[in-house]
Amino acid sequence: MSYVLKRTAQAIFTVFATISLTFALVRLLPGGPVDYLRAQMLQQGGDLTTEQINRRIEAQTNIAVDEPLYVQYFDYMASILTGDLGESTWYGDPVVDILGSAIPWTIFIMSVSLFLAFVIGISLGAFMAYREGSRFDVSSTVVALLLNSTPSYVVGLLALTFLAYRGGVFPTGGHYASGIDPGLSLEFLLSAAHHGALPILSMTVVAFGGWALDMRGNSIRVLGADYLHVARLRGLSERRIALRYVARNAILPMYTGLMIAIGTMFGGAVIIEEIFSYPGVGYYLISAIDQRDYPVMMGAFILITVAVVIGIYVADLTYGKLDPRAKRGESRESY
Amino acid sequence: MSRTETSDFETLSETQLTRSERYRQLIDELVLAPARIVWHDWRARIAVVIISGFLFLGTVGVRLVDEPRTNQGDRLVGAFRTLEHPLGTTASGVDILSQITYATVPMLQMITAGAVFSVVMATAIGTTSGYKGGVVDRVLMTVTDVLLTIPGLPLVIVLAGVLPIGGNPYAIGVLLSINAWAGLARALRSQVLTLRDAEYVEASRIMGVSTPKILSADIIPNLMPYITMNFVQQARAVIFGSVGLYFLGILPYNRTNWGVMMSDAVRQAGATSSVAAFHWLLMPMLAVILLSMGLTLFAQSADRLFNPRVRARHAKTIGGDETDEVSS
Repeated sequence: MSYVLKRTAQAIFTVFATISLTFALVRLLPGGPVDYLRAQMLQQGGDLTTEQINRRIEAQTNIAVDEPLYVQYFDYMASILTGDLGESTWYGDPVVDILGSAIPWTIFIMSVSLFLAFVIGISLGAFMAYREGSRFDVSSTVVALLLNSTPSYVVGLLALTFLAYRGGVFPTGGHYASGIDPGLSLEFLLSAAHHGALPILSMTVVAFGGWALDMRGNSIRVLGADYLHVARLRGLSERRIALRYVARNAILPMYTGLMIAIGTMFGGAVIIEEIFSYPGVGYYLISAIDQRDYPVMMGAFILITVAVVIGIYVADLTYGKLDPRAKRGESRESY
Repeated sequence: MSRTETSDFETLSETQLTRSERYRQLIDELVLAPARIVWHDWRARIAVVIISGFLFLGTVGVRLVDEPRTNQGDRLVGAFRTLEHPLGTTASGVDILSQITYATVPMLQMITAGAVFSVVMATAIGTTSGYKGGVVDRVLMTVTDVLLTIPGLPLVIVLAGVLPIGGNPYAIGVLLSINAWAGLARALRSQVLTLRDAEYVEASRIMGVSTPKILSADIIPNLMPYITMNFVQQARAVIFGSVGLYFLGILPYNRTNWGVMMSDAVRQAGATSSVAAFHWLLMPMLAVILLSMGLTLFAQSADRLFNPRVRARHAKTIGGDETDEVSS
């Protein structure tokens, strides 16, 4: 089986496993979401029949509670895979509509901060390795360690305090200024950047230190390698050596870290979105928990997981192109 | 050295150690040498001071400082204004120092539970998978890959919202590490792949030593640097995660927590917009940064602990022929 095929199967299986997990959480847990919804409807509805309550539950969670369990499971899988995530109990709208408008914003702040942290970290780390042992190297290491020990929400809260409330330089919440029509106008793009700046800053500041330390370590290792001496003896230009020999071989091992970062960044984004009242998927996830809006909560979780699976999938497939050594030998003897 | 007329095969040992000598040697190798290494490295020295400071706070500190309660002092006393409340008070007059101190206990419990859980899971699954190979490997790694891809914190948030977990700090520590072991398990597996065909492992296998014994005696000792580093990293992840989720008000609690303090500071006194309450928000932030800084520095210096050359240089009972310098 080719690598691409195998990797694709794995991505699909992960999505499948996640949806099965949410089904188990919603349906099988005693006192879980389905029981909660039913109890709530009995309390509020007054004269609703069991039949009507079951219909409401099915509309909201995609689970037909009066069918046998395996039918419930297949129905649930089928409806989620066709893009029906149920109905919000709080807003009354389809979950897909609520989250669909939120996910581009989450991906926007997440991918920009991931990109910035990676680029800043790599440049800084390479420079630190080049000046190994200098005062610049030592002080940068200390700063990187300090930033690495700080959670993104601490930076977020400090940024909110000093740059938004006291400084007044940045807004304290929202996607873009009210009164601007979303579209491809310069005004809208600037406003979106202005509102996204602090969330992006918070996640970038805590992340680039770690990349810099990794890059520094890798570069120092590569700088001592034999093939660099050979390259110098062959008379290759310094520029070519720096980019093709040092940078490339130092960055490649960090690619796996980049893939994992896609997954962990979503965790950071959830808390940051809440702090900056930035209505992304994480923001709705948190408010859904506060309001016990289980359909939105499960939908947000499925959506975040699918986004992460796709991100890692793309990163994984491109990795093979960057590093020809990345081929997996699976023909090992079993003991 | 005493030469006798017996054959070489009958000689037991050139020098016999008395029991007390043997204990002294053991203590030197296991306790004193690591301690000397740790003290040799500035990062480790700071780390040890910080971590033992928090351990002190969590064990002795809670006996020295009064339990936090309302009206211990005036409302919103600033930090470093009075000796009675060195870190100031909250909007309801609770002493912040006592809150920080009492919150250290559940934090240390959560950290320990989460780090132990993830390291034990990762070691068990990663080594078994890498060593056994075949179907076992494929099944375990499929599960690992799924858990590796599912975003951790959102998963924890959903589980905390659905599962009826109490405020038990150990349970919360484990919950926060629910899929954190996956990354380490993968890393350990690939390390085991390089070790499983080493000569001495092969020898054990041919002699018929059982798989668990080979894993624990021949393979896992080689992985200790990795495992320690990840223990510390997971401890830090538990701090970040728990404080963040307590701040959001998602995790249940029965004792005060740094995240709850931050949340109260922002929600009750508007610490982000009001200057008077800012110290209430700042103190738990500093506690989080300080503790995770201590753990990060410890992880940075931990790899030296497991370097046999560095160890030998610092152990007095091992001969004095270690002349090669270790590059640091």
